Amino acid sequence: MFNPTVATLTIRATLGRRRALLFAIPAVVLIALTLAVRATHPAGPTWAAQVLGDFGFSVLLPLTALILGTGVLGAEIDDGSAIHLLATPVSRSSIVVTKAAVAAAGTMLFAAVPELIAGLLAPDSGKLAVALFIGALAGSVIYTAAFVLASVVTTRAIAVGLLYVLIWEGLLGNFVGGARILSIAHYSLGIANAIHPDTALNAGLGLSTSLVLGIAVTVGALVLASRRLSSFAIKGEPA
Amino acid sequence: MSVIQLSAVSRWYGNVVAVNDITMSIGPGVTGLLGPNGAGKSTILHMIAGFLAPSKGTLTVRGKPTWQNTGIYRTLGLVPERDSVYAFLTGEQFVRATARLHKLPDEEAATRHALEMTDMTAAAGRRISTYSKGMRQRIKVAAALVHDPEILLLDEPFNGMDPRQRLHMMDLLAKLGAEGRVILFSSHILEEVEKLSGTIQVMVAGRLAASGDFRAIRRLMTSRPHVFSVRSSDDRRLAAALVGRPYTSAVELTGTGGLQVRTSDFGAFCAQIATITRDNGIALRELLPTDESLESVFGYLISSQGS
Repeated sequence: MFNPTVATLTIRATLGRRRALLFAIPAVVLIALTLAVRATHPAGPTWAAQVLGDFGFSVLLPLTALILGTGVLGAEIDDGSAIHLLATPVSRSSIVVTKAAVAAAGTMLFAAVPELIAGLLAPDSGKLAVALFIGALAGSVIYTAAFVLASVVTTRAIAVGLLYVLIWEGLLGNFVGGARILSIAHYSLGIANAIHPDTALNAGLGLSTSLVLGIAVTVGALVLASRRLSSFAIKGEPA
Repeated sequence: MSVIQLSAVSRWYGNVVAVNDITMSIGPGVTGLLGPNGAGKSTILHMIAGFLAPSKGTLTVRGKPTWQNTGIYRTLGLVPERDSVYAFLTGEQFVRATARLHKLPDEEAATRHALEMTDMTAAAGRRISTYSKGMRQRIKVAAALVHDPEILLLDEPFNGMDPRQRLHMMDLLAKLGAEGRVILFSSHILEEVEKLSGTIQVMVAGRLAASGDFRAIRRLMTSRPHVFSVRSSDDRRLAAALVGRPYTSAVELTGTGGLQVRTSDFGAFCAQIATITRDNGIALRELLPTDESLESVFGYLISSQGS
């Protein structure tokens, strides 16, 4: 299923696009924010959960996953180099799974790990930091699978992904309880909250719901993306 | 012996018909798919390569449809027109990565062989981003050849090549064709393929307009009627000299100075105009073909093939 050659090419293409710095920006902001709040509110009991849960899970994690998830395959499709990969007998599901795995690993590195570092910097939050880290690891996998699917379905995957993160998760997810059922941020929070319950996280879903839905979304997105890639057509330029 | 078979294949995008009811079969050897830009050549190649579904009709390679059939890439290589490659790789890395994707038993030997065939061994250690257009074209061919495919499809392979590179590419295609492979390439410049022999399929506006032997088409090309506008130091004397030639069908002195010469044989006129002016002591100032548009050339080919 996992193709090392595809993975190597993907990693080199992703880092070679000089976007590596871009991924790091939200992570740096999170750590800087944590340090700033720590300096001004040394004794505040709940801010760690708020900063790490709110900024970490509703901004850092989805944006990093969005850049990487839509880039690993979408960028190649956009510039046409994907055809060199697709004109080989490598199975389409293997391409999708490998690309999604690279994007997930990158998101873990640029979002989940900074989340852990920020969590450890916050006072008295060792267990919370670990819980958020595990939630973010799960979120990395689910988000990137969804964004890889978006990049195969539409050329405007970044816009679609932003709308989903900002409107659906950012607004509806917080005000309309039902919207949480389809919110990847809430799956991640649900998992983190189950490991270290904290009301400041505002977790809306339980552990089993989060796990089941998270797995369903990941597997579903990967299967759909593979199927879609099997019908990859070169954009026609009618005369 | 037919390897690629198209039966009544059409392809449209919305209301635009790109390929209209084409039936053709392509066998071993070199086949040129010729036609002006927008004639549907790329659409045909993409359909054969499995990157586009026919809207209507059937298309098979060795009896199997290519659409949604990834197994086809074990015996088929594609050189796309766009030269978007993994530019951050060296030429050798790109070819070897392709060999790995094909899971070749000896990727090292296959890579070396493909680089040798395309004359890219010397430049293989450089990044593709530093390559000229002609070199990119050749490294794409090397990658498409690395798994020793029976069928090689090339979309405008001569684009951006200098004459020497073009000759080399033609030699390579001829050699591959002589080995019994099916080589199908597209081109919108007829003169480009002068060195190749084999079959030609001419497409105009989505339809198959003519097909036949390269030599026959080339003969038609050079003996086609043509209009030139000529300016010289003595237009009247040049007109008189030209009227005496068998291939001149009309000469007109234009009001603005200069001549309009209608010739029945493009090739003979081009070969002799310089000698005629020199022998008559006339200085040739300007010589312009007036209807050199590709459509008119292809249009002429179609009408002469039909008759």
